[in-house]
Amino acid sequence: METKSIMIVGVGGQGTLLASRILGSVFLAEGYDVKVSEVHGMSQRGGSVVTYVKYGEKVYSPVVELGEADLIISFEQLECARWLPYLKKGGKIVTSDQTLDPMPVITGAAVYPENILGKIEAMGVEVTAAPALALAEQAGTSKAANVVLMGVVSKKLPFEESVWQTALEQCVPAKFLELNKKAFALGREAV
Amino acid sequence: MKKLMIGNEAFARGLYEAGCEFVSSYPGTPSTEVTEFAAKFEEIYAEWAPNEKVAMEAALGASIAGKRSFCGMKHVGLNVAADPLYTAGYTGVNGGMVVCVADDPGLHSSQNEQDSRHHAIASKVLMLEPSDSQECKDFTKQAFELSEKFDCPVIVRLTTRIAHSQSQVELCDRVVPEAKPYVKTPSKFVMMPGFAKKRHPVVEQKLRDAAAFAETSPLNKAEYNDTSIGIITAGDCYVYAKEAMGDKASYLKLGMVNPLPLNIIKDFAAKCDKVYVIEELDDIIETHCKKNGIDVIGKEIFPREFEISQAVVRKALLGEEPDVMTFGEDVPVRPPVMCAGCPHRGLFYCLSQLGVYVSGDIGCYTLGAAAPLNAMDTTICMGASISALHGFNKASGGDTYKKSVAVIGDSTFMHSGMTGLVNVAYNATNTTTIILDNSITGMTGHQQNPTTGKNLKGDPAAAVNLEALVKAIGIKSVRVVDPYHMAETKKVIEEELAKDEPSVIISRRPCALLKYVKHNPPVHVDNDKCVGCKQCLKVGCPAISIKDKKSVIDHTLCVGCGICKELCKLNAIVD
Repeated sequence: METKSIMIVGVGGQGTLLASRILGSVFLAEGYDVKVSEVHGMSQRGGSVVTYVKYGEKVYSPVVELGEADLIISFEQLECARWLPYLKKGGKIVTSDQTLDPMPVITGAAVYPENILGKIEAMGVEVTAAPALALAEQAGTSKAANVVLMGVVSKKLPFEESVWQTALEQCVPAKFLELNKKAFALGREAV
Repeated sequence: MKKLMIGNEAFARGLYEAGCEFVSSYPGTPSTEVTEFAAKFEEIYAEWAPNEKVAMEAALGASIAGKRSFCGMKHVGLNVAADPLYTAGYTGVNGGMVVCVADDPGLHSSQNEQDSRHHAIASKVLMLEPSDSQECKDFTKQAFELSEKFDCPVIVRLTTRIAHSQSQVELCDRVVPEAKPYVKTPSKFVMMPGFAKKRHPVVEQKLRDAAAFAETSPLNKAEYNDTSIGIITAGDCYVYAKEAMGDKASYLKLGMVNPLPLNIIKDFAAKCDKVYVIEELDDIIETHCKKNGIDVIGKEIFPREFEISQAVVRKALLGEEPDVMTFGEDVPVRPPVMCAGCPHRGLFYCLSQLGVYVSGDIGCYTLGAAAPLNAMDTTICMGASISALHGFNKASGGDTYKKSVAVIGDSTFMHSGMTGLVNVAYNATNTTTIILDNSITGMTGHQQNPTTGKNLKGDPAAAVNLEALVKAIGIKSVRVVDPYHMAETKKVIEEELAKDEPSVIISRRPCALLKYVKHNPPVHVDNDKCVGCKQCLKVGCPAISIKDKKSVIDHTLCVGCGICKELCKLNAIVD
């Protein structure tokens, strides 16, 4: 099997690292070789962040380059636009409908583009948007938006739900497991 | 058993399995987690030292005592630790000593892009370079063996992509080698000229022996496929090349990057039609080949700056460029920002209001340089804020000290800021220093330091009293402010700037992300009072934006610090 490339993009502090761990666990359980490349450090907070997850028979490079991503999972709409050049032709986007103004927009030096998802869809890209933040709050905390998105992604990848459930159990601390399982279920129901 | 691990965790696992008993490091992205993961093993003593030089000396001391020891740092940290390293190359070791240095090609989190391989060459020690997490573990274990075999510290060089990428690692048991008793050997460990002179030829012989070892060591591997293209490479560049070229090329993967072998490179080059060297940053392997008459192509087609990737290799060797989709409109950049509730924000707002020259330093607060605060004039290296401002004030003459401050975090002050402050007091400039005491090492992800009262393992520890310390240094005017109270903070800064003596202001408020910090409920905008004047946007808080010409506060981000409330003249921001 050819190596598959996924990018998880968002804003530092949104919980992209947990999402990458869950994906890594799923692919390992399915018997694939896996590489996950992360961005670390508090100083990344509030900035545009990206995590690469790759799986296949043998994965060499940990990074995803322009035009290589089979799937982009985005935590914020503007980040879909930013990382679009990394999407492979025929690749898919799963995104939260959340918008977060970056500092140049806050200060008035730049404008947040309108109708980002509609414009990307108009290019022929399959975009699945979910109200991840609202669903996470419904599950109990806005912090679970990452797991809501994993619920959405689980419907787009060819793996059994039980494998995802096991991955959740491995990656989420026990005291938050029930809450996250609820968030995951809400994500699955959203598509 | 196999486990998915980042390179740094695998490195720590290697320390554990190799029987390492002593770890001393200073945090620095992307190296920090090696030491954090090592500290999780009860069998390993692990500490955060005040800086990399202290860490390296402590690790060498532990080695002299006969134990396997380790210290870890980022590339610029190795500059700080270069002094002990270069002489450790002469003394050699007793118990094996391994050093991790994590380079940051692409400057993800650094002030420069230096190539640490130069340090290995210059300090005459061995250097290994792994390509994935499994090799991080295996090479670390091998590095201890080589350290003891060749009687020298061994550096394992990581880069950001190796340090922070997860891949599968096979776990083994810990084996602690028999402790080597300390035997007094002044000719080996007392590096005064008479002894050091005799050590230098020993060091040169050690390097010749290690180079001979490199010719046959499995650390260096040739892999023959299509021989029309041969690629000599190391570290992360190996995986980029493999991904780009697959079986369309042959590879010589060098796991040992100092000293470099010669015969296996010659053999490999002879068997391939055209030979390329792919290495990030400088042309170390390429220069080695060319000076030995081996015909290779390297920096003619590969960049010296930033990261290599499979795309860079494809473009250089195959002329292939991807067909990409673009959004078609300007996408506003999203630089990192101070977090909502960050205690640095109030202080930097005061500094931007005062319009003073700000001599900056390394930490989260370097973000004070960005819009809208724009409150920083220089950032050079750890500790330079105070020493460089002293030089600036001395050289400028006049009263520049009334219009300038140095800003430095608590951890950076302990690292190398206090020596600069000694210089301010001793050589007398009326420099004003602001210590941003957020009670943690923030930027690298919340590490304890000598001011926090806790050690790396989380146990209570002696805490440096900053007020007493700066007074002992000779600073008489010492003030403490809470940066959440901006009016008072600004007043104190103005008073200290006006004084004709050196002064220190400690801006004290714990990092808003610390778990023990209790936050207030989010504040709200009273839409009837808000006129959309945008005054509250001037502090650059990520929780505040404008929607329909009124300020909006994101309740998921806001921690109720109240900075924006103090700014709003119409009292439109309410609890």
